[in-house]
Amino acid sequence: MQKQAIFQSKLLPYALVAPQLAIVLIFFYWPALQAVIQSFLLQDAFGLSTSFVWFENYIELMQDSAYFEAIVRTFFFSFAIAVSSLSFALLLAVMADKPLRGSMLYRTLLIWPYAVAPPVVGVLWIFMLHPSLGVLSRYLRALGIDWNPLLDGDQAAALIILAAAWKQISYNFLFFLAGLQSIPRSVLEAAAIDGARPMRRFWTVTFPLLSPTIFFLLVVNIVYAFFDTFGIIDTMTRGGPGKSTETLVYKVYSDGLLGGNLGSSAAQSVILMIMVIVLTGIQFRFVERKVTY
Amino acid sequence: MVEQEGIRRYIAHIILWIGIAIVAFPVYIAIVASTQENALIANGQMSLLPGGHFFETYYQTIFVGTSGSTREPVGNMMLNSLVMALLIAIGKIAISIISAYAIVYFRFPFRMAIFWLIFITLMLPVEVRIYPTYKIVADLHMLDSYAGLSLPLIASATATLLFRQFFMTVPDELLEASRIDGAGPFRFFWDTLLPLSRTNMAALFVILFILGWNQYLWPLLITTRDDMQTIQIGIRKMITTTDALTEWPIVMATAVLAMLPPVFVVVAMQKLFVRGLVETEK
Repeated sequence: MQKQAIFQSKLLPYALVAPQLAIVLIFFYWPALQAVIQSFLLQDAFGLSTSFVWFENYIELMQDSAYFEAIVRTFFFSFAIAVSSLSFALLLAVMADKPLRGSMLYRTLLIWPYAVAPPVVGVLWIFMLHPSLGVLSRYLRALGIDWNPLLDGDQAAALIILAAAWKQISYNFLFFLAGLQSIPRSVLEAAAIDGARPMRRFWTVTFPLLSPTIFFLLVVNIVYAFFDTFGIIDTMTRGGPGKSTETLVYKVYSDGLLGGNLGSSAAQSVILMIMVIVLTGIQFRFVERKVTY
Repeated sequence: MVEQEGIRRYIAHIILWIGIAIVAFPVYIAIVASTQENALIANGQMSLLPGGHFFETYYQTIFVGTSGSTREPVGNMMLNSLVMALLIAIGKIAISIISAYAIVYFRFPFRMAIFWLIFITLMLPVEVRIYPTYKIVADLHMLDSYAGLSLPLIASATATLLFRQFFMTVPDELLEASRIDGAGPFRFFWDTLLPLSRTNMAALFVILFILGWNQYLWPLLITTRDDMQTIQIGIRKMITTTDALTEWPIVMATAVLAMLPPVFVVVAMQKLFVRGLVETEK
């Protein structure tokens, strides 16, 4: 789609795009290019000399079992966060979609966690489930569970997933509610007249009609679990104990800053970039778009 | 529908209240903890009812800070977060609206190339190019500055796309009418397009403000001085690894203070926020 009515000017449009173009080139393209170049370089231990090593950083990563474990862990986290948060949010949205008194109040009370920052989420949950002083840990111990996420890797992972899923409920809830409200009432009424009970109506009519929303949210949740969990992980476990909560983004951070291995860290960044581009591509390709670019 | 009467409606109310309780519980605990004595909490004896240290804790948190890990008063951290969030929100809206204006209302060589150059930035969050960006900001002597905190986060295309999409729906007749009235590109932008974009700008502002306020990894890397740190970084520094030293009431008070502005913005501007969210993401 093109505008028919336009202005004629030779220099003005360039002046208008200049600020954004400058910022994007300096703070986006230049560092992205640097990351790609860096990923082909190897620096000696003292940072005195660098040599061009082609794909050595990548090959090393592929042979590194720790990296492979981080990939598997990241996908497992993403999947667990997405599924638990999506199913709970869907349940709440279906309930809030009913003609209830006070539905606006319910909506307000459910959407605010969207605004809570990941590190704050981490602080809240580590405090509640801290092994020695957590309010909830008492009950877990009373149930006979030897609860110590600071020492037990599986428990630490569960804690990260719980906190990350908690934060994402409100976001998923909003989109599910919007999706549910766009389903025509007449379709559901027709199914009711045909004698379909509520559960059946949900699975045969509502759920299929919601599938574009579900798919969209699945991709968004995976991207969220990849990147936005950094603050949660850093405040709660710092990737530990051992490496049991180290995700791909956390590994880029810890290998680069703490480990000083810039070549490997850059190669990891490039792999992450490719993953995000693929995910975004899927989102654009399959999710119905209102406008065409 | 027929079955909706009676018991099903009660079940819906109950499930929603359970959901709200789950969502609110951690925050309730934080508020309660911020009013109690540290010794009590450190012993694992924390009560589920508020204590009597509300004013004392919040006064110390905002104006004094912790006595150990970071001595910066949280009030100052909040000011840094506020400046950063405002710079990101206003900066991004300002540069995006004029570049979208150029792309929609002018024809010039490389127009589509420039559009794609901006569009591609949509795909990569700052996290994946973190070290090279850090190096560039360091080379430009922007560490520990508001410019360094905000500029790299302004470099993405979401707002440009949103404005472009909106400008496309503005009828051509408006431009023709202003032209007949003798308006040039500046007048048309200022008198016609800007007032029409007000709700879009407001919705975007809400989302970008929250995004900016909640930034974590980037300020963690580029701020070294305590007086430049944001509240999200401050709270992390307060949790010391040897947890006997952590002053939990102050940490929890900081968490509550860190939540207040963005949560207030979401609740107060709910309609705009929901609209902006659905428009930018879909």
